[in-house]
Amino acid sequence: MLLDVANLSVDLPTSGGARRIVRGASFALDHGQTLGIVGESGSGKTMTALALMGLLPDGATTSGAILFEGRDLLAMSEAELRDLRGDRIAMIFQEPMTALNPLHSIGRQIAEPLILHRGLSQAAALRQAVTLLERVGLPDPARRARAYPHQLSGGQRQRAMIAMALGCEPRLIIADEPTTALDVTVQAQILDLIADLGAQSDMALILVSHDLAVIAQNCERVLVMYGGMAMESGRTQDVLSRPAHPYTQALLRARPHVGGRRGERLQAIAGAAPAAGALPKGCPFAERCPLTIPACVDALPPPAMLGGDHIAHCIRIDAAERPA
Amino acid sequence: MSDDGFFARARRHGGFALGAILVAALISAAALSLVWTPYPPAAIDVAHKLLTPSPAHWLGTDSLGHDVVSQLLAGARISILVGIIAVGIGLVFGIALGLVAASAGGVVEALIMNLCDFTFAFPALLLAIMLTAVLGAGIVNAILAIGVANVPIFAKVTRALGNGVLARDYAMAARAAGKGPVAIALEHVLPNVAPALIVQATIQFAIAILAEAALSYLGLGAQPPSASWGRMLSDAQQLMFQAPRLAIFPGVAIAMAVLGLNLLGDGLRDLLDPRLRARR
Repeated sequence: MLLDVANLSVDLPTSGGARRIVRGASFALDHGQTLGIVGESGSGKTMTALALMGLLPDGATTSGAILFEGRDLLAMSEAELRDLRGDRIAMIFQEPMTALNPLHSIGRQIAEPLILHRGLSQAAALRQAVTLLERVGLPDPARRARAYPHQLSGGQRQRAMIAMALGCEPRLIIADEPTTALDVTVQAQILDLIADLGAQSDMALILVSHDLAVIAQNCERVLVMYGGMAMESGRTQDVLSRPAHPYTQALLRARPHVGGRRGERLQAIAGAAPAAGALPKGCPFAERCPLTIPACVDALPPPAMLGGDHIAHCIRIDAAERPA
Repeated sequence: MSDDGFFARARRHGGFALGAILVAALISAAALSLVWTPYPPAAIDVAHKLLTPSPAHWLGTDSLGHDVVSQLLAGARISILVGIIAVGIGLVFGIALGLVAASAGGVVEALIMNLCDFTFAFPALLLAIMLTAVLGAGIVNAILAIGVANVPIFAKVTRALGNGVLARDYAMAARAAGKGPVAIALEHVLPNVAPALIVQATIQFAIAILAEAALSYLGLGAQPPSASWGRMLSDAQQLMFQAPRLAIFPGVAIAMAVLGLNLLGDGLRDLLDPRLRARR
């Protein structure tokens, strides 16, 4: 197993005391596998991703374990984490507009991890950067390497970010909403690129997104997060075709689908998601769930095994209607 | 970039252009004084004291027969020296403290910033007076004192803007690439806060010139016979009514130098700010 996250919790300090942003998330990922983490704003998906990088905000505390290649990331020193970051684990950020330093050339920014982790000379790293830019499909890579971020389009910058992340051939790439800031047509290209390059070198990929369609197209496995909890997880096909958790079901009903009747209304989920940190004692979805019984509010629901590795955290699965 | 270059925009910016001309005049005067002045600035010539402006002495002479033009030229040199060294001290230590504060955060940041607030509680001039009182009067100590007063200003600016840069995605991306805090501070934070520091430096330069003039006026800065605009003012004070020109000339020189530097700083801020650039 490349990555094994067990019972991960993240607490962030706020003026009102520590607040739990992620509660007991567990998932695993093997070499070359792709996992999608889907959830609304404030569901804890980004914090989960940052915890994997060891880049949580100052003062955040964690519990549980994140085993990466057999070593617990949460127990590592900052120096050990620095050696891993950009080398074994790389991250692609949401905003290609702001994730590149405006004052350094693209080539230099791509070359930096190579100099840092691979000990390449400046010249060799810059040559490698040009090769990487070519791999991510930028035309005229030698000229692009000398360009500055403002001279590239959003899609080109995101390609440059991907080149930067791929430089040291990491075992795990975490992409946090990598296409949210891009045009829909460019989105598909970028996602294909990430998936292709990941598959070529057997990299594992974690794709964080609020877009179920993006996850469905690009990830073998999916983790649905809500209110800091992993609600449902399993093979993408299983989870999306036979959702067990009422939240996942509601989420799927809220999407438009091809073949829907004209004038058919999408079903919104009543109520609002709990504010990050202001989490109830029991199931975070209880307030909005049509199937809530008193027991839902009293304690966190235990995982229910649904065959394979399909898991849902819900005590009302039997009451939830499941499409066959 | 599709918009005009820096120099094309600089020429169209009236304030910046005027500031640049005034500052260029200041620098030329100081440079000229190194190789030529009409008379030796420190030469006392009591036989020709308090002369009105004439072809021999363009701006006349003072109560000891010093040639005013020569003194003004030599004074420009002192002003620039004070500005460069005092701002240099402020920049070096201020940037170092500011970067450490922003990068370290937590207790270290609070400690450094509270230290800065503590020194702010003293008016800069009072701090300078205190330091020259402890270290003794003289131009070197005056420069040191002004420099020390500059440190917390640059520390605050660096730390405040540095925290802004560290919150940007590219600083996070650099951390995600495995960069250490020192490398991030030097390669990402410093270049991105540099424009604001350059602007602040020109303003502090003007303030340093004023402070030196004030200290010299109070007798705590340049000592006779070294020419300093502040000391010239102080000497002229006694003859305010007989020969007001002796106060006017150095006064105008100080005002022009300070005005020039402030215009230059303001202009630089406009020209270096991409948001203001887009609006024009």
